[in-house]
Amino acid sequence: MQPASSSKLQGLDDLLRRALAGDEKAYRTFLTDAAIIVRRFAAQRMPRHSAGFDVEDLVQEILLAVHAKRHTWRPGEPVGPWLFAIARYKAIDAYRRRGKRIEIDIAGMGDVFEDPAGAPTAVAHDVSRAVASLGGRQRAVVSALSVEGKSISQTAEELDMSEGAVRVAFHRGLSAIARKFGRN
Amino acid sequence: MQTDQLIADLAGQATRRRQELALPLWLAAVLAPLLAFAVFMPMLGPRANFVASLSTVRFDMKFVLAGLLAVAALAVLAALARPGRPVSSRMKWLAMPALVLLIAVGVELLVVPEAFWPARAIGRNAINCLIAIPTMGAPVLVLFLYALSRQAPTRPAMSGAVAGLAASGISAFFYAAHCSDDSPLFVAIWYPLATAILVAAGAFAGSRLLRW
Repeated sequence: MQPASSSKLQGLDDLLRRALAGDEKAYRTFLTDAAIIVRRFAAQRMPRHSAGFDVEDLVQEILLAVHAKRHTWRPGEPVGPWLFAIARYKAIDAYRRRGKRIEIDIAGMGDVFEDPAGAPTAVAHDVSRAVASLGGRQRAVVSALSVEGKSISQTAEELDMSEGAVRVAFHRGLSAIARKFGRN
Repeated sequence: MQTDQLIADLAGQATRRRQELALPLWLAAVLAPLLAFAVFMPMLGPRANFVASLSTVRFDMKFVLAGLLAVAALAVLAALARPGRPVSSRMKWLAMPALVLLIAVGVELLVVPEAFWPARAIGRNAINCLIAIPTMGAPVLVLFLYALSRQAPTRPAMSGAVAGLAASGISAFFYAAHCSDDSPLFVAIWYPLATAILVAAGAFAGSRLLRW
């Protein structure tokens, strides 16, 4: 590890201790710094050319996990190993789930092809084109929530994600669609 | 949602305390023997000559072994429960009860004539042992799994397995007071088999329930 990042990690100890005591500003700085470290970790560790994998998705999932499990860090212990253990766990988790998601996608396409309702209407075609433009996880979430009309908790259970992660993927998916297809 | 937005949302929750029932691991470790005892007394109870037996080495050795297993497994569990804690150094502690058991078996083989070995090893309570230890250990295992789920184990199956090991040590501690087979030869065969049931159950449940 380079000296620069190890001094940064030491700073994190102090920030997280203050954050756990209820200091919002320290917590925001901690999360911002942690996001930078974790993003570098995610970009290095994950297969870059795999379709449907989004580094930023993984970064956000790690941050959500850090937030949910922040009580498992104890003041006096170094933040570094704790943060990397969480990042590694979430990276492996994301990688495994990506394998599963491919199956989900294929099943979803089968439904589209075998749909007895006949040729899709223009609107349905546009919707499916917009949804299809998304990457794996975002596509699964957006399709479940807005096309199939499932609830967030149901979607979270089916995709083996937390509700927070579903919300994040949904919003990111919608803004990606808006960037690609909206107002042009 | 962009990452900056997420960070802002999360930072706003810095002061929010979790409302859910928190069960620290140390508290689970204190409650576990009480729970096992509460199942043990109505189900089995201590054997009739319990007090008199306390002066025999073989009888006492069972408590030493079960106690060592429970303490060592709980120490490993405490390390597994939180991310980034060094586990492998504590793993070695698990060799302690195994080593003591090996020595006890060695001594038993020396002092007992060979003709008695099979009878001592098979004893009279083999099936009881295989049923009673997992039965008493099951609620303890559930308690440990619940406590672990409030923590953040990054190795869910391994954590569940070690939780099963700890539950087995606590359960065996009480079962030892009931069982009339005291020979280390009996203990070395049937107790580990009963333990394996809880370890397998813990690993299976852990890999499903402890993911976060």
